[in-house]
Amino acid sequence: MQTLLFLILFPILVACLLLFVKRTTLRYAVVALSALVIGGASIYLLMRYAFEGAVYFAAPSEAASLAMVAIEMGLALFIVYMGAKFRNYLAIVLAVVQAALVVYLETTFSGNLHAVNNLFIDQFSIIMGLIIGIIGSLIAVYAVRYMETYHHHHPEVRDRQKMFFFVIFIFLAAMFGLVFSNNLMWVFFFWEVTTITSFLLIGYSETEEATKNAFLALVMNLLGGVAFVVALIFLASTEATSGGIDLARVLASSDAAIVLIPAVLIGFAGITKAALMPFSSWLLGAMVAPTPVSALLHSSTMVKAGVYILVRFSPVFAGTFAGFSIGLVGAVTFVVASAIAISQSNAKLVLAYSTIANLGLIAACAGVGTYMLVWAAILLIIFHAVAKSLLFLGTGAIEHRVGSRDIEDMEGLIVRMPRMAVMMFIGIAGMFLAPFGMLISKWAAIEAFVQVQAPFGLVFIALLAYGSAITVFFWAKWMGKIIAVTRNQEKVEKGFFEEPWAPLYIITGLVVAAVLLFPVISSTLIEPYVLAIYGVTARLAEANVAIMLLMMALLLILPVSFALFRRSAKHLPAYMSGRTATTDLQFTGSLGLTREAQTRNYYLAEYFGEAKLFLPGAVVCTVLILASWVLAGVAL
Amino acid sequence: MTWTWLIGAGLFLVLAPVIGGLIAGIDRRITARMQGRVGPPILQPFYDVGKLFEKESVVVTTAQNFYVLAYLIFIALSGALFFAGGDLLLIIFAFTLAHVFLVLGAYAVHSPYSHIGAERELIQLMAYEPMIILAAVGLYMITNSFYVADIAVSTVPAILYLPGVFLGFATILTIKLRKSPFDISTSHHAHQEIVKGITTEFSGSTLAQVEIAHWYENVFLLGFIYLFFAWNPVIGIIAVVVTYLAEIFIDNVTARVRWQAALKSGWLAAVLGIVNLAILAYILGYMMTGGA
Repeated sequence: MQTLLFLILFPILVACLLLFVKRTTLRYAVVALSALVIGGASIYLLMRYAFEGAVYFAAPSEAASLAMVAIEMGLALFIVYMGAKFRNYLAIVLAVVQAALVVYLETTFSGNLHAVNNLFIDQFSIIMGLIIGIIGSLIAVYAVRYMETYHHHHPEVRDRQKMFFFVIFIFLAAMFGLVFSNNLMWVFFFWEVTTITSFLLIGYSETEEATKNAFLALVMNLLGGVAFVVALIFLASTEATSGGIDLARVLASSDAAIVLIPAVLIGFAGITKAALMPFSSWLLGAMVAPTPVSALLHSSTMVKAGVYILVRFSPVFAGTFAGFSIGLVGAVTFVVASAIAISQSNAKLVLAYSTIANLGLIAACAGVGTYMLVWAAILLIIFHAVAKSLLFLGTGAIEHRVGSRDIEDMEGLIVRMPRMAVMMFIGIAGMFLAPFGMLISKWAAIEAFVQVQAPFGLVFIALLAYGSAITVFFWAKWMGKIIAVTRNQEKVEKGFFEEPWAPLYIITGLVVAAVLLFPVISSTLIEPYVLAIYGVTARLAEANVAIMLLMMALLLILPVSFALFRRSAKHLPAYMSGRTATTDLQFTGSLGLTREAQTRNYYLAEYFGEAKLFLPGAVVCTVLILASWVLAGVAL
Repeated sequence: MTWTWLIGAGLFLVLAPVIGGLIAGIDRRITARMQGRVGPPILQPFYDVGKLFEKESVVVTTAQNFYVLAYLIFIALSGALFFAGGDLLLIIFAFTLAHVFLVLGAYAVHSPYSHIGAERELIQLMAYEPMIILAAVGLYMITNSFYVADIAVSTVPAILYLPGVFLGFATILTIKLRKSPFDISTSHHAHQEIVKGITTEFSGSTLAQVEIAHWYENVFLLGFIYLFFAWNPVIGIIAVVVTYLAEIFIDNVTARVRWQAALKSGWLAAVLGIVNLAILAYILGYMMTGGA
């Protein structure tokens, strides 16, 4: 239990310390050292509890719970203050409603608000802990140097780095708290803290756009928060049968119909936090924040909290129409967000849409909730966290060097920033190619949906088939841009601070390691978790795992063949219809003028544009969310 | 013994280029006859490839050789997995990986014509991928296995349950075989090619590797067709031959379409597949509940 408390409290301590650190070098030392400690502690957690199944801890309750309510009220006041300052009355209304509901809950059902065990740890929480502890803190390390450069490039932005790093570490603490809490009141508390921290981080630059988008995120997440409190009230009022606010008791409750209602409400909160359609706009708006914030929101925190809670409740969703409906929200989001990603040339937006799509896929798995799908969902969470953080951090580094985050401007990155290009290549491969992680998970999801009772499984298979085809298109064309060997361009890689590369190297290593270690991760963590809940577990056939590893080995060996091609070959410029051309696509045009040929990727905005697809997708998903409520109500 | 899978894979790796080359030779001969020409000798594809290997090695960038080699290796690997009786889904993913390498090779050279070819190849990939996954799912639904080894020995006449899936698959087969009207990224016909699409900058032994990979690929795809008729090997082989002849015929009577039409056709083929699977699921469910 000490480790759990340490992981929650230590980042808070560091956060407070960072409030007083002004110099970048000192801040770097503090952040790097705490990252080491947090990462180490989460690995210790793995070694200590990996083989113990679910372990529950009573943990101090009265004082802590009281403090949490007090802080919640404080946060509500803060939102009201901010809302008044920036005239966002919707935020005020939602904050007040939420606070009122909390007060109502605390006063009316005070007798039912006790969980025997407030904290717990099981394999799923360990996985989440590792993601937060390793990826999250690596992003924090990267952020120190990034923010220094950021302020260098943006002198107009007020330097609030002390606040920035304070919030980042509070964010990490809240995430740890969220995945370790068995008391749903505590989960809710940490849930709200992540809402506020992301609000602060998105609005960091204090521009009009940043503030607007920060409030958008706040409002949407508060909406989810309100649903969460309503779920808590429902649970507290049905404590005898539903299990009250004790997560373990709720999940074990025999009254499926009663539990389904709060599960759907909390699932709705998960949908808002995971930025599924129609709530995807907050995550896209969050792009205005400095890149490390995006990396944090997308990979190890925030949205992962959303899918974490969905996967936690997926045994409740399993086999219900309401769960099926939530799953469909995810599947539709997967297809529509992937399709929109085709039309985007801003690298961060492509990454954002891809995140939304993958969260949709996880939600699809969680909503349908068979044992195989839960297995696939957890795999997706792991692989997505690793690859996506790499891609965000990489995009940030490129932006600082190249001066643009447009994919078209990344042309020839392999020449200009070879090491960075290789890392981006691996990151992108990690998102969609065999034998990398995301593909393993997608494959597992297809195999799992095939076994879901027809015709329900078939709907998902169809959506998945289209979605993954689309995914290949937008990733491969980005990859192509990066590896285009352009001529006569200088290297710009050197001179970039050395340190920010360290997290990138480590995460790149993790992307590859995750594939090689995947059988171990599955057998020691995911399979026991699934087994404990469902009594059966899923895994990939051993022969297939062997083939995957063989493919991975091939991919690692193949670059050696470069050595073979070194010698002899004669180099010629690219074909230009017989025009006299130079190697960098200059050719002699009419009137003796030298012209330059350019290549641009297809974005097909006419067919896959945001304007064309967002509204239909959002409408369908809204209908499905409403349907999930109705279906849960009908089941009661 | 469990070693039979190795034999399947080994035979494929050795024989597929021979068979694929022969098919290409016969294809060219039949095509020529359809166009009122005599046509080249059956062995012409081998002469062509042999000659390519003797050409001087000329590149735009050295990296292109790497990507093309990877393309060849992974195409061969996915075919070998198929004939070793492996998991269809894994095979499909390895197959996609192989094609991504070809596309990357075309991007790497940074040339306008290959670039367009690469984009079009990706559109093709996007067009056929849903249908190919659905075909695997369809075969799973009637044989209860994703393994080629199990599907190939199944006694269920798959084609009778999956006519829609088969038609859909035949549609995307046209894309995969690089036949008109869907030969948008590169074509074997001189009359409808902007330069040479995705292979514009590949020459000599690199181009030969692309050609060999294509032979491997064709044999693998014909094997996939066979799975629909596997319950009766004779009918199976006849069906494969007839399907291929039909593809040659279509190739010769149609002209290349725009990419929109190619994408639409691929995705509509998949819709056909889905409808087929939905009806199948209904029937199977009906049978399982004993018609109650």
